[in-house]
Amino acid sequence: MKNILEQSIADLNARTPEVAQFLADHGLVPEEEGIALGAWLDRVNEEVYEDIGIDRDGLVENLEAFLRQQSLLCSSTLPEVLSITVIGGHDKSGKPEQVSLSLVRGSVTSIVGPTGSGKSRLLADIEWMAQRDTPTGRAILVNGEVPDPELRFSLEYKLVAQLSQNMNFVMDTTVSEFVAMHAESRMIDNVSEVVSEVIRQANFLAGEPFSATTPVTSLSGGQSRALMIADTAFLSSSPVVLIDEIENAGIDRKKALSLLVRKEKIVLMATHDPILALMAERRLVIKNGGVVRVIETTDKEKENLTVLESFDNRLLALRTLLRSGELIEQIP
Amino acid sequence: MKLVTISGPPSSGKTAVLAGVIRSMNSSGIRTGALKYDCLATDDDILFRALGVPVQVGLSGNLCPDHYFVSNIEECLKWGIAEGLDILLSESAGLCNRCSPHIKGVLAVCVIDNLMGVTTPKKIGPMLKYADIVVITKGDIVSQAEREVFAFQVRRANPKARIMHVNGITGQGASELASQFLKAPETEQLDGERLRFSMPAALCSYCLGETRIGMEHQLGNVKRIKLRQEAS
Repeated sequence: MKNILEQSIADLNARTPEVAQFLADHGLVPEEEGIALGAWLDRVNEEVYEDIGIDRDGLVENLEAFLRQQSLLCSSTLPEVLSITVIGGHDKSGKPEQVSLSLVRGSVTSIVGPTGSGKSRLLADIEWMAQRDTPTGRAILVNGEVPDPELRFSLEYKLVAQLSQNMNFVMDTTVSEFVAMHAESRMIDNVSEVVSEVIRQANFLAGEPFSATTPVTSLSGGQSRALMIADTAFLSSSPVVLIDEIENAGIDRKKALSLLVRKEKIVLMATHDPILALMAERRLVIKNGGVVRVIETTDKEKENLTVLESFDNRLLALRTLLRSGELIEQIP
Repeated sequence: MKLVTISGPPSSGKTAVLAGVIRSMNSSGIRTGALKYDCLATDDDILFRALGVPVQVGLSGNLCPDHYFVSNIEECLKWGIAEGLDILLSESAGLCNRCSPHIKGVLAVCVIDNLMGVTTPKKIGPMLKYADIVVITKGDIVSQAEREVFAFQVRRANPKARIMHVNGITGQGASELASQFLKAPETEQLDGERLRFSMPAALCSYCLGETRIGMEHQLGNVKRIKLRQEAS
């Protein structure tokens, strides 16, 4: 690539529109199309740089760093995450954690344990790709190997996406604008296709339908959760999805899990709900900051899951009766 | 002694993040001290003291807190060294977003939160654009998509900084941030050192206590708004 500073404003606008966008973020709008960017930046008054809070050299350095990252993002040379291995450290009292746990794409693992037992610490260890340098002494391997420490700071290589009950949309946009904004930040080509697919899938998960033009802030709790899950499944770069307490959120949890599994996510679920816990292939029991047990869901438990689901459906039927103004005098 | 300057808009979670960092430092036996620069009042010294670290508070009152910070940081650095600290954390609120509290050769951190909205990063000046580490907080209450878009916007505003997510409530990410703080260079003195960028300037009649409004009362460094004809 020819030095960015030697290219004319017109050429840059035509070939590298990110440059104009970057400059506009700094309040700079070059209008003299014929001259080179470097020459244009030289002409900008010192006072203007003072006002925007960055000098010419700083601006050029940042612009070059930004363009470098953009091109890295497009060529996506980062190694794909196929598995994550958690190698045990020790619990809060220093007792060794006898565990070596491999999490593969498309698997669902639940995490159980009392509040404060260390669930978020486990996630933090994965997110940070701990190398025995966190309070738990755990080590995390990616694809069976020690990851490059620089990847800790890469936005594209963030291992964990989180979904929790407390999360809300704060942006003032419609559903489609919102998803499009996310897609654009990921440099995805077929934005409009992805957007409609995300909305379609989210509607499939939500109890009550919503449209592309609904403002995200007026979605119900269940609709929000459904949109967050569909969006994470399709657009988040993170291979691991942590779901924190999605019970009673008015969405089809089974469909939600199967969507994430279909999109090859490594799903971790912190939960106290037996139905969710048994939907997972295995569960980690956390106590005093350490994983004390890994339980593979047994055949008997899987049978019981069917029974539990029928309880759940009966409760759901009562809820529907209640909503439609009926009396609850007979338990189905 | 290591020095770290931490700044960020009000209520972005600076103090909560630092409390997490201090807890982590305490558990590894590192002697940490805190400086809190604020405008009118602060209770944060109580919080820091409760964590068992020595604290100094500076209230800038009617002065620009940024100017107040730079005029006092040297004294505070000497205090920290005399206290025998390993690391001194200097927290200052960035009130006008054009703040520029970062010093060349001193680890510079900016704390901003996900609730500020995706257009905010570009509205923050040297405090963000010249930071080495940008800490993003309140990620537990916004959607994953907004977190990702926000981080992307932060990177556009400062492509060279390391971006870290810290949860001020659970402390998730704080010990990782502490490990980065410990890589800060040693700062034994600041005499002759330079700010990374000039601070917001002001030297006009209002700086000197003028309260009357009107052209005839305006003296010194005064800037005029450029009013434009709205397209009808």
